[in-house]
Amino acid sequence: MKSVIFRTVAPFLSSLMMLFSIFVLLRGHNEPGGGFIGGLIAVSALAIYGIANGVETVRRAILFHPMAIAGAGLLAATVAGLISLAAGVPFMTGLWIYPSALGVEIPLSTVMLFDTGVYLVVVGAISSVALSLEERGGE
Amino acid sequence: MAASTSPPVDFSAALVMAPTAPAEWLVILPVAWCLAIGALLVMLRRPIGLHPTIAVAGLVGLVVIDGLLLHQIVRHGPMTMMMGRWLPPFGIAFTADLMGALFALVAAIVALAAGIFSIADINDSGRRYGFYPLLMVLMAGVSGAFLTGDIFNLYVWFEVLLISSFGLLVLGSEREQIDASVKYGFLNLVATTLFLIATGYLYAVFGTLNMADIARKAEELRSIAPLMTLAGLYMLAFAMKAAAFPVNFWLPASYHTPRVVVSALFAGLLTKVGIYALIRVMVMLFPVEREELSFVLAIAGALTMFVGVFGALAQTDFRRLLGFLIISGIGSVFAGVAVGGPGGIGGAIFYSLHSMLVMTGLYFASGIAMRLGGSASIVTLSGLYRRNVGFAALTLMLCFAVSGLPPFSGFWPKVMLVKAALDIGAWWLAAALLIAGFLTTIATGRLFLLAYWRDGTTPAVNVAALPATTMAPLAALTLVALLIGLYPEPLLSAVQSAAAGLADPSAYEKSVFPGGRP
Repeated sequence: MKSVIFRTVAPFLSSLMMLFSIFVLLRGHNEPGGGFIGGLIAVSALAIYGIANGVETVRRAILFHPMAIAGAGLLAATVAGLISLAAGVPFMTGLWIYPSALGVEIPLSTVMLFDTGVYLVVVGAISSVALSLEERGGE
Repeated sequence: MAASTSPPVDFSAALVMAPTAPAEWLVILPVAWCLAIGALLVMLRRPIGLHPTIAVAGLVGLVVIDGLLLHQIVRHGPMTMMMGRWLPPFGIAFTADLMGALFALVAAIVALAAGIFSIADINDSGRRYGFYPLLMVLMAGVSGAFLTGDIFNLYVWFEVLLISSFGLLVLGSEREQIDASVKYGFLNLVATTLFLIATGYLYAVFGTLNMADIARKAEELRSIAPLMTLAGLYMLAFAMKAAAFPVNFWLPASYHTPRVVVSALFAGLLTKVGIYALIRVMVMLFPVEREELSFVLAIAGALTMFVGVFGALAQTDFRRLLGFLIISGIGSVFAGVAVGGPGGIGGAIFYSLHSMLVMTGLYFASGIAMRLGGSASIVTLSGLYRRNVGFAALTLMLCFAVSGLPPFSGFWPKVMLVKAALDIGAWWLAAALLIAGFLTTIATGRLFLLAYWRDGTTPAVNVAALPATTMAPLAALTLVALLIGLYPEPLLSAVQSAAAGLADPSAYEKSVFPGGRP
């Protein structure tokens, strides 16, 4: 897109939205939010960046092919379920650990890993669609 | 959250407290395994040459897992694992019983055969389109459908396999393929929507989605709840999935367009998932309603048999012909479900397992015939017998098997079904089964006569020798069909106890609710 204002603002807007998407992802355990909605926000960020600076820039910026990101997410979600094998509890049981770093207790769980997997699947799958549509539209 | 300040909680009110035995993991492992391999393949985009190796190794693993699962279930009865430890009926149960494990194992064998066949059939562009990830996700859906103990979860697995089957169907993006997938997709979406509506209705009536819970509550609710409507809705939805007459039109419209290995996979797996769900719901959950609907099922079965076999007699396209043979087989299975009892249900399960193996083999044969003869039509195909005698022999054996002739796998389920039909006095159904079998022999005989025996009318196409990965799966499936035909005892007793386990699901219920009624 030609608009100078848009092209100037887009990087800031995208990075803010990315940050917000991760916030929404992490917030999702006990409050409204989660991997799906977080992933959609992240895809919107990528789409805005793509409209402003071209699809090629986005593809370079995310380093991996979108479908590979989706695959990694699916693998993460499956592994999150399989971790409970080691604990002797059924598939997909939520397991928690509480390491503390710098005096702050950080609750980590397989549920969070699963939700991160969902986030990555949504980011990968939807951005794959969005980027190819944008590519076609530019021709 | 770290709940260090909250009052003590009685976890046993919500969670399964008994430790999980390693063997119980076999119930969920087929699904988790396929999903993990599928995800891995999606991630490996550059080294496309590794895909077949990883996928075939994954499918070998799947066969081993399903084999161990079957072994466990034969020895110890049905097994249940509650997802996320939540107690039934609220948690999602994965319950494998003998029928589910048998279907899962045969499906894995069929998928392995297709995986090997695909090495030569799927080219680089097919691999880049994601054939192997889709195959693994399809198998996750199929295994999930066979092993889940929750009816909504069954719907979810139907969707998973439907989505991956769309992907497989349009592999190549040819015009006919798009056309076929629109028909296939639309009619299957109607069926899954009906399934979903029925499930919503069922949840409103029962307040539970756990199949063991539904089976035991159906008794009390029968006098006050519209169970007949539910059973009717489910019957229609699964009949569409299974391609029974009069809702069979999607199958011949779509199965002849994709890659050969894809149609072989679909022939082995998709309609049989519908059959599995039909047997599970009609026999285990709504036995009284099945009895009431048995006449409808029998009529539908008989008509399906004849529509299928007359369609097969009229077709000239090799793969369309096979599509109609699948439909004819579905009719036999419906007849078994209509008859009921250990003979009828056991025969229906046996026939489905046989049909999975044999129809997949025949689709492989159609692919090889197209490659050898350079044509898909049996009018122009000719002289295949002269060109490759071994291949012709394998095809002939599969033709005998699908017609129900001894000594192949199709013979025993036909015997069971005819005997069960005669036992309840449904002589016309027995006659329909026998006549359809006879007509199938004519249809496959016509195929063999025209495409194989007839002397070459067209100049022989010079083709390179067939790769071993093409012939081996065909030979292996034929061998399995022959072995089942020669030594049917283990499978006969297995399907009979599977049918008994469906008629009296107390062992199934006990595995979900080990403490009895809550």
